[in-house]
Amino acid sequence: MEKILEILKENARTPVEQIARRLGRDEEMVRQQIRKLEDDRIILGYRAVLDPEKSGDELVMAIIEVRLTPQRDTGFDAIAQRIHKFPEVKTCYLMSGDYDLHVMVEGRSLREVAAFVSERLATIEHVSGTATHFILKKYKEFGVTIHESERMTRLAVSP
Amino acid sequence: MSPSHRSSSTTRAHRLNETLVALPPSGIREFFELVIAMDDIISLGVGEPDFVTPWNVREYAMFTLERGDTSYTSNKGILALRREIAGYMAHRFGVTYDPENEVLVTVGASQGLDLSMRAILNPGDEAIVIEPSYVAYKPMVALAGGVPVVVTLRYENNFRLDLAELRAAVTPRTRAILLNYPSNPTGGTFTKEECRHIAALAEEYDLILISDEIYAEMTYDQEHYCMADQPGARDRTIVLNGFSKAFAMTGWRMGFAAGPADLIAGMTKIFQYSMLSAPIMSQNAAIEALRKRHQNVPHMVETFNQRRRLFVEGLRAIGIDCHMPEGAFYAYPCIRKFGLSSREFCTRLLKEERIAVVPGTAFGPAGEGFVRCAYAAGFQELEQALEGMKNLIGRL
Ligand SMILES: Cc1ncc(COP(=O)(O)O)c(C=O)c1O
Repeated sequence: MEKILEILKENARTPVEQIARRLGRDEEMVRQQIRKLEDDRIILGYRAVLDPEKSGDELVMAIIEVRLTPQRDTGFDAIAQRIHKFPEVKTCYLMSGDYDLHVMVEGRSLREVAAFVSERLATIEHVSGTATHFILKKYKEFGVTIHESERMTRLAVSP
Repeated sequence: MSPSHRSSSTTRAHRLNETLVALPPSGIREFFELVIAMDDIISLGVGEPDFVTPWNVREYAMFTLERGDTSYTSNKGILALRREIAGYMAHRFGVTYDPENEVLVTVGASQGLDLSMRAILNPGDEAIVIEPSYVAYKPMVALAGGVPVVVTLRYENNFRLDLAELRAAVTPRTRAILLNYPSNPTGGTFTKEECRHIAALAEEYDLILISDEIYAEMTYDQEHYCMADQPGARDRTIVLNGFSKAFAMTGWRMGFAAGPADLIAGMTKIFQYSMLSAPIMSQNAAIEALRKRHQNVPHMVETFNQRRRLFVEGLRAIGIDCHMPEGAFYAYPCIRKFGLSSREFCTRLLKEERIAVVPGTAFGPAGEGFVRCAYAAGFQELEQALEGMKNLIGRL
């Protein structure tokens, strides 16, 4: 299981047949194990990692630091639920340190993201403050380098 | 005629050392010329990892350059590195060495091989080489004034060493046995028992063992048993190892030799005159590579292991016989049944399918009927290579 997950985390499109060969396992068994990982919601989904420039992606992303006032019974969870359900919110983490929620928001323009933050996020009860940081350029995402600058200098044949 | 006027091509040949002139050209080199003339090929001909050196190692090397580490070092290598190496040999392979006088940092395992041959061979001394073998062994023995004596491994025997044959190759002039396990090119290794038998034989005839264990970390289905860890072997064994393979550091040219103090002192003496010191930048990088080896090595080795299974099972699935390699990153399939020589097979595979593998004969005459495929390539490339091989044999 663990090895299958490692392979899929590296490349979710690895064909089952290849995974089976690489691990020296039966193909049907691997297929079943992956299905079980999905059914058990250990694997929650698969997505592509894009080069935003080449994909023509004009979307704007921002990281919002959100400060909260914790609630007596539910701590931060109830507020975090309210926040992360907005489809504009792509990522939402509870943080240690200076602020409480790390929220990544996507929108079609700076204005749209700013409006979402000021009108929807900042106005939620118990949100005590926000700081918005727009992302200017991505160098690496989910372990994938976006502009590969390394080259392979190996000769085609060596002893 | 004055000596300065002798420049015809016949006299030119005399300008080179006779032993050198007598060395046959490298089979790999010949094939290399063919391959570089083509582009857009998938190469399984490469004897080095397809990983660039892990970033922490590169970053640390840059830091040491910024710090100003640009000098010679002690002949034997930076003491901190020798300590790391001794620690590595102890923890990983169970053999303890004194970093002060039993470890020598070399410019690749290649230099360790050269130094050890020159340090122990007298003119005419014999050194046993086991074929198919890494390309450098016979030339290095010869260039050191020795005589290589070949013991041949056979496919029918799964490339296992026949101890009786090894024994039969020993003569009163035998000085050393060169070992390489896991092996380039067969991917075979030794069991603990085989190691013990070899050590016992060396003791019986008072031979030195030069044990090239550069692929030790890439041992897949068993443990790697260091030759020096065998009973009676430590004080007659020079272990050669290095950073090229498991640490993905070929271009840094970093290796080391570990052995008894007298042999290491002999090698150091040659080193002192011929090299002074290994490059300091590379030595610093090697320190970082060893200190953080747990971060990088297991992941790369696991990747090679998965490639090994994928590739060898793939070969079998298309009808090419191949024993399962136990280590390194080479598969050494048998292509006899297709009725082509190794060279013809490789040439056709290259020209018709644009896939480079190396003729088995580059590793000694015993390699006829075999090709060496380095599976140090991406999964996709391996699958494409298998597809191409399938296409070629479909036409044979
Ligand atoms: C068996 C063997 N020994 C030694 C070497 C040379 O290694 P290094 O880069 O440490 O000189 C190689 C490289 O291919 C090898 O396969």
